[in-house]
Amino acid sequence: MTNPPHFKGFTPIGLPEEKNPVVLHYEEYEAVRLSDFELYTQLEAAKEMGISRPTYTRIYESARRKIAMAFVKGRAIVFEGGKVYFDSEWYSCKACGCWFNHPAKEDEVKNCGLCNSTEIQQFHGNGKHTITVDYCVCPQCGLEKVHTHGVPCNKDICPHCNCAMHRKGTPHHNGFRINKC
Amino acid sequence: MKVAITSSGNSPESLLDSRFGRCSYFVVFDTESLSTEFIPNPNKENIDGAGPASVQLVASRGVKKVVSGEFGSKVKALFDSLQIQLIVLNDIDKNISEVIKLLNHK
Repeated sequence: MTNPPHFKGFTPIGLPEEKNPVVLHYEEYEAVRLSDFELYTQLEAAKEMGISRPTYTRIYESARRKIAMAFVKGRAIVFEGGKVYFDSEWYSCKACGCWFNHPAKEDEVKNCGLCNSTEIQQFHGNGKHTITVDYCVCPQCGLEKVHTHGVPCNKDICPHCNCAMHRKGTPHHNGFRINKC
Repeated sequence: MKVAITSSGNSPESLLDSRFGRCSYFVVFDTESLSTEFIPNPNKENIDGAGPASVQLVASRGVKKVVSGEFGSKVKALFDSLQIQLIVLNDIDKNISEVIKLLNHK
């Protein structure tokens, strides 16, 4: 991702402070930016983000739905999370295979933070490196939460409505959406 | 210099914990005195805010590097402002003593 948004989100005018804002992930922000601001085609945008075209479409679609939800329901939007690394800050080490960043940006990076090897390189990618992860989603309020590997989503309880959550994008999630929890 | 490592147990044979905020133990390793200290993570069961709370815990120990399998975006931003280096290990099959061996390179 080239640049994160330099502000935290939006609030609707004339409504009381929103307690349950729509969370727009950084990758979703980036997808909207690439498609609707830079006017890239989906294929170009997917390449730019280093992900496959279908994955890009999924992210973009989810972004549009969230924005529409915020518009129609008058909910706030906050930019948050997602699985995004800004690669200018990351390095990888060939000797031990780790990735590390470098908070003291003025100094040049010469050694691996872990094993001190000099066999390091700046993290390359086409502008951005993205790992897609699964999300658990609450069928009632739509709250999303990063899925913990090895823990079924329905063991996760939504903190707002006490509902068992579903894995996002599965038939469970799509099919039972209208059902109560 | 002190380094924090996320651990899934309280012995040097335990595996590196792949999560930062909800790891079971933090290991604080001092590269000068070669001492290790295991700290149980009090934020493990937090519903939210486990990451930032854990950042506070390790930062209060004066660590300069943190080794884990994954960091969330809130955590990353906090560590950046604290000038603490993050190290992401992709193969999480390493145990704590192996990580310490890698750190002990002088």
